[in-house]
Amino acid sequence: MTRSQRNFGKIMYSIFVLALGILFIYPLFIMAINSFKNRAELYMNPIALPHHALWKNYAEAARKMSFLNALGNSVFITVISLLFIITFSAMCAWMITRKNTKLSRFLFFLFVATMLIPFQTLMMPLVQMMKWSKQFLGLRVLNTYRGIIFMYIGFGMSLAVFLYSGFVKTIPVSLEEAATIDGCSSFSVFWKIVFPMLKSTTITVMILDIIWIWNDYLLPSLVLNDKALRTIPLSTSSFFGVFTIQWNEAMAGLTMTIIPVIVFYFCAQKYIVKGIVTGAVK
Amino acid sequence: MVTNKKQEKFWYFLFVFPALFAFIFVVIIPFFIGIGYSFVSWNGLATSKTTFVGLQNYRQLFSDVRFGSSAVHTIIFTVLSVLFINILGLLFALMVTTKLKINTVARTLFFMPNLIGGLILGYIWKFILSDTFKAIGEQTGWTKLFFNWLLDPTASLWALVVVITWQMAGYVMIIYITGIQSVPDEVIEASIIDGAGRVRRFFSITLPLIMPSVTICTFYTLSNCFKMYDTNLSLTNGGPGTSTELFAMNIFNEIFSFSHFGYGQAKAIIFFLFIAAITLTQVAITKRKEVQL
Repeated sequence: MTRSQRNFGKIMYSIFVLALGILFIYPLFIMAINSFKNRAELYMNPIALPHHALWKNYAEAARKMSFLNALGNSVFITVISLLFIITFSAMCAWMITRKNTKLSRFLFFLFVATMLIPFQTLMMPLVQMMKWSKQFLGLRVLNTYRGIIFMYIGFGMSLAVFLYSGFVKTIPVSLEEAATIDGCSSFSVFWKIVFPMLKSTTITVMILDIIWIWNDYLLPSLVLNDKALRTIPLSTSSFFGVFTIQWNEAMAGLTMTIIPVIVFYFCAQKYIVKGIVTGAVK
Repeated sequence: MVTNKKQEKFWYFLFVFPALFAFIFVVIIPFFIGIGYSFVSWNGLATSKTTFVGLQNYRQLFSDVRFGSSAVHTIIFTVLSVLFINILGLLFALMVTTKLKINTVARTLFFMPNLIGGLILGYIWKFILSDTFKAIGEQTGWTKLFFNWLLDPTASLWALVVVITWQMAGYVMIIYITGIQSVPDEVIEASIIDGAGRVRRFFSITLPLIMPSVTICTFYTLSNCFKMYDTNLSLTNGGPGTSTELFAMNIFNEIFSFSHFGYGQAKAIIFFLFIAAITLTQVAITKRKEVQL
């Protein structure tokens, strides 16, 4: 093969791979083009480009979904849950890895073994517990931010503790000992020395949990019935419950819900891939 | 020294407590309460009586036709999905591990569906597999492939397989890429010198060396497909009829739609045992197939 033949082959191969990639996300393209059509045009030919962009669909969908409100709720719940998951799991993982006692080993086993429990096994008892906590303790969990955030913290612990303890093992203890001798308390040893070193795991936990919490449907559907508290998946599902036939508006609604995800993807792409690899390989 | 010991205990408690507190209340206690509920008969209303029925809920499972058929759907769906996701993901990975600039773009595109939640993906495909497919069929005359998939029980189960494959292929691709990149160049070069072709090289060299990735990906796809709920809900909602009602949806409906709290919870416990058994066996089997260099 001559050089130019090989180059030609490379170009053809690149075009082929790119075409396949574009074909792969073609469904998203169909969604986007139909979000600009009116109903008649959409049913006449769902794969044709729109004659002219009908932005009205977006305004209507945004209003019916209370899109901005849902976006705000999703951001709030995801960010706050994440802050707590990271803080608590890192602290716990560091302690149970460093103090290798029977209790520590038992706790580690407990966190890891329960990863096998599917959410469906816990959902009904959780609903009951929410009712009891209101009835007997006067503590409202249902339809509150604190309720759902508390649950995300609980559910997020297993994986996060597991990932952090794997990483803590690779950090030499000598640094921590030196700091202790210099008079640091456990608290400042952790926050000043250990936590900054855990950065790569923190990013992994962040990525995995953002994807999970942002897209979660079942838990919020059980905890947040109040319309004002709806997250994006919830508002999408209620939108479809009532307006399934209005596909053009529905497509506008779906396109809007995907935009934040795509933006996040392009901003954090490098970390997403790294996070998924470390999360999976552990 | 006494105060020191006490101090240490205090710090241990302080660091472990917050994590453990949430974890116990959200996972451990509900798990045991759930086991308790699986032995009673109750319709979920606070005012109505709960009666202890022993193992009756579990016995009832054997004669539950709808649960049986949802089990069959779940198994068919999971087997097909795990197969397709891993084959496609591996193909993508092989395709984009060449030294070309286009790879980054291609990886980005293949991975994209994974970030969009299952519920939303289901809605997008609902439009494509029903109205769009019908329209394409009418325009091109290829009605054998392009018809409303969601109205036909068999096609509708395939629709779920298509959507989950579309979602997860990019995820396993990422893991396979890491595996492929860790295969040493010398081994590949040696095999080229020995005259191995592309196909031979893949099956005799690459595949055995990336078995750890295969273990991870099978484990991940198996447990995810088995537990799948939101795409099932948004794409087919179990229909037409109950032809695509998977395990997770059957459990949800039993508890919250039919208000059989005890019986539904017994199903949920069986579901847990099933998942635990399958995933642990799977890991044990594929682990044995891994080759160390």
